[in-house]
Amino acid sequence: MGWFTTSSKTDKDKAKGLFVVCPGCKAHIFEEERNSNLKVCPKCNHHDRLTYKERLDLLVDPGTFREFNKHITTHDPLSFVDGKGSYADKAELAKSKTGMNEAIVTGSGNIKGIRVVLGIMDFRFLGGSLASGTGEKILLAAEHALRMKRPFILFSASGGARMHEGIVSLMQMAKTCAGIARLNKAKVPYISVLTDPTFGGVSASYATVGDINIAEPGAMIGFAGRRVIEQTIKQKLPPDFQTAEYLLDHGFIDAIVSRSEMKDYLHKVLMYCSRKKA
Amino acid sequence: MDLDFEKEIAEVEKRIAELTAADTGRSEKRKTEITGLKRKVKSLTKKVYSDLTPWDTVQIARHADRPLLRDFIAGMCSEFLELHGDRREGDDKAMIGGFATIGGQRCMLIGMVKGRTVEEKVEANFGMPNPEGYRKALRLMQLAEKYNLPIVCMVDTPAAYPGREAEERGQAEAIARNLTEMATLEVPIIVVVTGEGGSGGALGIAAGDTVLMLRYAVYSVIPPEGCAAILWRDADKAPQAADALKITANSLLELGIIDGIIDEPAGGAHRDPETTIAATKDAIVQEIKRLKRRQIRRLVDQRYDKFAKMGRFQKKRHT
Repeated sequence: MGWFTTSSKTDKDKAKGLFVVCPGCKAHIFEEERNSNLKVCPKCNHHDRLTYKERLDLLVDPGTFREFNKHITTHDPLSFVDGKGSYADKAELAKSKTGMNEAIVTGSGNIKGIRVVLGIMDFRFLGGSLASGTGEKILLAAEHALRMKRPFILFSASGGARMHEGIVSLMQMAKTCAGIARLNKAKVPYISVLTDPTFGGVSASYATVGDINIAEPGAMIGFAGRRVIEQTIKQKLPPDFQTAEYLLDHGFIDAIVSRSEMKDYLHKVLMYCSRKKA
Repeated sequence: MDLDFEKEIAEVEKRIAELTAADTGRSEKRKTEITGLKRKVKSLTKKVYSDLTPWDTVQIARHADRPLLRDFIAGMCSEFLELHGDRREGDDKAMIGGFATIGGQRCMLIGMVKGRTVEEKVEANFGMPNPEGYRKALRLMQLAEKYNLPIVCMVDTPAAYPGREAEERGQAEAIARNLTEMATLEVPIIVVVTGEGGSGGALGIAAGDTVLMLRYAVYSVIPPEGCAAILWRDADKAPQAADALKITANSLLELGIIDGIIDEPAGGAHRDPETTIAATKDAIVQEIKRLKRRQIRRLVDQRYDKFAKMGRFQKKRHT
């Protein structure tokens, strides 16, 4: 328990609600102040993770979002049980905790008046893992974008493929990329936004092959996890390894865009993707 | 190298060797004993191999004497012209490829090299490709498309290399790019998982029209040890994880992930590489012939449909 939960708070503090510790700079900040700042730390600009709903509210013109395939939900293809219980139980818990049916929400909505197809992953749902239901929703969204010739924008937040669906999860990488490939052939824009964290099977599939790859500041992005790499090479990695800024330096990200600028930035980019005659 | 579950077989084999060595007097009694023991080895092998656990299969897939890519090339190809380099960074020794002729069929052969000796293993980075390996593979696949050659990918890797430079050069992007480009390549793609199908590292050259597995190969989203460490918090629970992950050829065929199994002799490919390599060659030649007859546009559409169908989910209202 931190000092901030004791009764020594002033009345002014109480009015602003509870403190939270910023995972970025470890400073104590008012939860309400941070939340009103789009969950970005006012002191160090650390972008905390968003729920799909918070992300949606930030991006989409009010009242324009239409969700696709919201009833697609987990199945248990392997009847998977591990040391801590069954996948079926874990999935049910994730559903009741998040109110989601899968780790991604897809649909169409307007960004400053431009109709786009959207996918927003939510890390709260089993670590935003890619599995059958996730892959299906992404492919169906990509197919919709293809049919309607509308830009497809995908926000990633994922630890990687969902182990509990084994090889079936792995195949979702090929499945989602096949969807992206068809967009490429038809010259339909595909914009990938990598948020914290984007790893494993998601970074090794749709998240890194956008026409434009955008990342949020400080987002952790990589293929293998830091610990696995350190164990493999028996060396310490630089502190900024696998940050969005590091990837920008190495040529895998087009731009790092702050949360508060994201909607404007996407709109600007979309103005270049319409393939209208000059 | 003797595997745990093969100990019984190894003991009888040892006894045969002893008897054979000692058999200077050519006694009839010894001869009969040897014949009997040989029959015992055969039936023991059959028995042991008909009742393997997934974890046993992992051991076979990783067996030191299992045929490796270079063995397959030597045994299957009347010609192999290796083509080097990704034209960007370098030439990955863990992923090789080139023009190959298999049973009279010209194709582009691509696959992972693990190496047999310590020196070879180190040179091949233990079969773990770097991004330039995947990019070399893609370059060769696109070359195959240009020359209308079928692509044959031989998969045997523990994983894509999890190293610092691999990350810096875009390991994730390299694999993702391959998956995206392979989806629309206008030539047949035939994949054979010969040993270890290690997650995204394997899939990076495995999104094909026909995916075959050798009988005792494994193909998994994560190594059983890694899965056990995360979900059981105990790497020693790898056998349980191997079981739960459904990584054997039979399981993958049942799940509809692969299209067929190439049989290995009882006792595994490490006991009889020649028979295994011959069976692999036959299967590849047959598939090349079959897929070459297909109209390419339809084949590419069917490739899409095949992956689009993969996955098991429900459609129900959340309560």
